Amino acid sequence: MDADRMGRTLTRIAHEILERNRGVEELALVGIRTRGVPIARRLARAIGEINHHEVPTGALDITLYRDDLMRHAVGPQPVVRSTEIAFSIDDKKILLVDDVLYTGRTIRAALDALIDFGRPKSIQLVVLVDRGHRELPIKADYVGKNLPTSLSQSVQVHLQEIDGRDEVEIQEP
Amino acid sequence: MTKDLLAISDLSGEEITLILDTAEAMREIGERPIKKVPTLRGKTVVNLFYEPSTRTRTSFEIAEKRLSADTLNVAVSMSSVLKGETLADTAMNIEAMAPDMIVLRHPSSGAGHLLARLCRSRIINAGDGMHEHPTQALLDAFTIREHKGRIEGLKITIVGDLLHSRVLRSNIALLTKLGADVCVCGPRTLIPVGLDRHGVTVSTAVDEAVAGADVIMMLRIQQERMHGAFFPSAREYFNTFGMTVARIARARPDVIIMHPGPMNRGVEIASDVADGPYSVILEQVANGVAVRMAVLYLLAGGAEASD
Repeated sequence: MDADRMGRTLTRIAHEILERNRGVEELALVGIRTRGVPIARRLARAIGEINHHEVPTGALDITLYRDDLMRHAVGPQPVVRSTEIAFSIDDKKILLVDDVLYTGRTIRAALDALIDFGRPKSIQLVVLVDRGHRELPIKADYVGKNLPTSLSQSVQVHLQEIDGRDEVEIQEP
Repeated sequence: MTKDLLAISDLSGEEITLILDTAEAMREIGERPIKKVPTLRGKTVVNLFYEPSTRTRTSFEIAEKRLSADTLNVAVSMSSVLKGETLADTAMNIEAMAPDMIVLRHPSSGAGHLLARLCRSRIINAGDGMHEHPTQALLDAFTIREHKGRIEGLKITIVGDLLHSRVLRSNIALLTKLGADVCVCGPRTLIPVGLDRHGVTVSTAVDEAVAGADVIMMLRIQQERMHGAFFPSAREYFNTFGMTVARIARARPDVIIMHPGPMNRGVEIASDVADGPYSVILEQVANGVAVRMAVLYLLAGGAEASD
């Protein structure tokens, strides 16, 4: 997936979000660190261009909610970064945004983290790439692209804001 | 990170920065409606305090609870220590109940090191005698960084009881490691021999020491450790070294005033300074929780194989 394709995919998802959620007043976007955050901002911009409404956007760090912390006998702890959700999520329709959906464990952690901030009306999941191999019963509501992969491959999303270019690539082992 | 946090002098500059950066993220948890994350679920932390403490013990306990650890406080005034049990025996007995971490406050320097040798549990030094109080120095650094944006190149003046202060030793180790220009000041009777070898300027003239300072850190006059006549009276000490509004005027206009607590108002610090606009003393206390959460989190990870 190249930059052009990524742009059109996000615009399409923005339209889908608006189609499925009549009225944008209750919507809010929350991106999962690291690459979910710029994707959430881009979706906010795309939604704004369609109907001139600014959707509040936040950033969520799920490190402290991971289920694999303390399981490794060796090695440093993962770096904790900040969570910035400057609005109340109570009674909002939250769009949780991440780059790649894989085992579903990140999303499980993100759901736990979000619930600690309040009681949203609903949580919907937006991902740029769904690569399969779920280990938990989790399904995305909006998918940019379904990418069938083998377990040995890895999927890398590069974004302009972080990596200097927009690209999705599959890396062979 | 190492297995234990015993002294700032064991940490590298990168490790200190990692702790401060992690504390930044931890602080946000204290602003949420639900001030708790599940990170240390199932871990047991024992707070073993051989000296009275309000701030440090409460701060550790809040930090542990915010990370969902199970906490246990052993207050020595109600424990078998009064029946003559040694520190090593008490520690081995607690260790037999398999806690994951022990937070230790003890009147003897090096008590944490003794425990670290005896115990599998991770040891966090919450103040050992006249040696170190690492989490205090870390929260001081966090507070300075928050106000000044950096530590390197700042002029930091520390005034008070330089002889008995573990807060001083931890702060000197940390601040010089991060590149601050540290000046320490106190009466000659309270200056330990060889202090100038730690990369700090030593002074007995408080007005000169304070001039141009970005940060003034006050140290408590520790009456409980003073078994000699170090100065004639508290009143004379206040007149010669006490931090007053007039003295602060010699520092930089954006100076911040710090104190690790508990304060002796009218001895080392005037009330109108302690409660004044330059004072960040209560912020230090608030930041203490975030810094201790960061330390607990980083030490809880697996570093055992590197020991």
